[in-house]
Amino acid sequence: MATVKIPPVLRPSTSGEKEVSAGGATVGQVLGSLAEDHPATRSQIFGDGGELNRYVNVYLNDEDVRVLQGLETEVGESDVLVILPAMAGGAIDFVDRQRELRSRASLTSAGCGLPAGH
Amino acid sequence: MSPTGADYIRQVKQQIDEIDPSEVHGLLGDSVAIVDVRETEEWDQGHVPGAKHVPRGYLESRIEGAVPDRDARIVLYCASGNRSALAAKTLRDELGYARVESMTGGITLWKDRGYEVEVPRRFTAEQRERYSRHFLLPEIGVEGQQKLLDAKVLLLGAGGLGSPTALYLAAAGVGTLGIVDNDVVDLSNLQRQVIHTTDRIGVPKVDSAEESMKAINPDVNVVKYAERLDASNVMRIIEGYDVIVDGLDNFPTRYLLNDASVRLQIPVVSASILGFDGQLSVFKPYDGPCYRCLYPVPPPAELAPSCGANGVLGVLPGTMGLLQATEVVKLIVGAGEPLVGRLLLYEALSATFTELKVRRDPECPVCSREPEDISDEEMGVFPDYEAFCAAAG
Repeated sequence: MATVKIPPVLRPSTSGEKEVSAGGATVGQVLGSLAEDHPATRSQIFGDGGELNRYVNVYLNDEDVRVLQGLETEVGESDVLVILPAMAGGAIDFVDRQRELRSRASLTSAGCGLPAGH
Repeated sequence: MSPTGADYIRQVKQQIDEIDPSEVHGLLGDSVAIVDVRETEEWDQGHVPGAKHVPRGYLESRIEGAVPDRDARIVLYCASGNRSALAAKTLRDELGYARVESMTGGITLWKDRGYEVEVPRRFTAEQRERYSRHFLLPEIGVEGQQKLLDAKVLLLGAGGLGSPTALYLAAAGVGTLGIVDNDVVDLSNLQRQVIHTTDRIGVPKVDSAEESMKAINPDVNVVKYAERLDASNVMRIIEGYDVIVDGLDNFPTRYLLNDASVRLQIPVVSASILGFDGQLSVFKPYDGPCYRCLYPVPPPAELAPSCGANGVLGVLPGTMGLLQATEVVKLIVGAGEPLVGRLLLYEALSATFTELKVRRDPECPVCSREPEDISDEEMGVFPDYEAFCAAAG
């Protein structure tokens, strides 16, 4: 069974587990087993057509599976898959920022700190 | 009978290889290590461009830092060619350097021939003391410290990541530090934003940060931007900086910054944090991937943690911010291997680092094109932008 490292944003979907073991001979099969064991991860990893969501990077050991054979890439027993969605957390107090975003969104047509029109 | 000092030097010169200044001049820029063995006061008056400084009194203890390779070609010089001859004998006979030469006539003859001399920045006595631990590092030394003092670094945010970065870069003597932040200090910041203090709650963060940076190093010129980075000001603010430190908290501004920095070809040292996890990479336009190569589209808002109420371990931005500061110093002085094309993940609870490869995307909507082809209108824009921001709000 390969090891799958779960990013913080997906941990609520794996009961808080940071690392899970999942069976399968290819990246697609391993991620499929993960989604069977933890159904809430499926829509976060896979698109409607069963392809990898573009905002999720998956690495086999240290290499992006997109430069390998994608979901068809073979996976060995001792391999590690890393699931990596983008993170943007930085300097700001998140609670305050959410409040700020809400107030901005009500004032402008676009939230997230960019001026209207973008 | 023991020889006189002058006789001894003559004998040594017959035993070692000497090289004429005209030949050394022809070697400038080649992979030859030119080493000045004079005293610091003499070095400060001017030296051969590109030379390294290892005073003869420290020759044995410091030469390996300056020239680690025993087979490298080394040209030593001093004022007139005597001390360098003695040093050449030591390097060859005692330390096993195979290709050592001493420049005939030293820097005096070099100057007489009309060759150029580089005069290093004059450090004050206070600066010599302050940066003495940098001077001792061959990777930084006097030259590296000059580069740091001449460098302009822009910090996006004086918050969790920006706090340690700003303090340490100020301490390291980065000459100009810009800070972009339009917030004021809040009590809830102080669990991690160590550049601020309890008695400065309510003070604009740029002012509070400046006070701390000036307190640790009055050499630093702090440029304050009490505004929020957006499409209308990004080019004005970032232009002219050598390195940008990105601690931004949201995707739209990260994409905007990426596109502007690719356009202006400014490297960005980027970090992000969440909970007990951190990510770090250096996006150096056209040398390595850009942020869009790594993340072509942002996650949907429910998976975009910056827009939600999430906690962060107070120490974590310190760890990640200092890794950023380290990369900044490396980029400025040109030492080591920058974290270009690599993404470093840090997981604090298990105390593990994971390194992943990041490659340039030949289809990247931004960095696959020439910088001048990136228009104002498309900067910071990504698919489903409106939906993303509506959901985030």
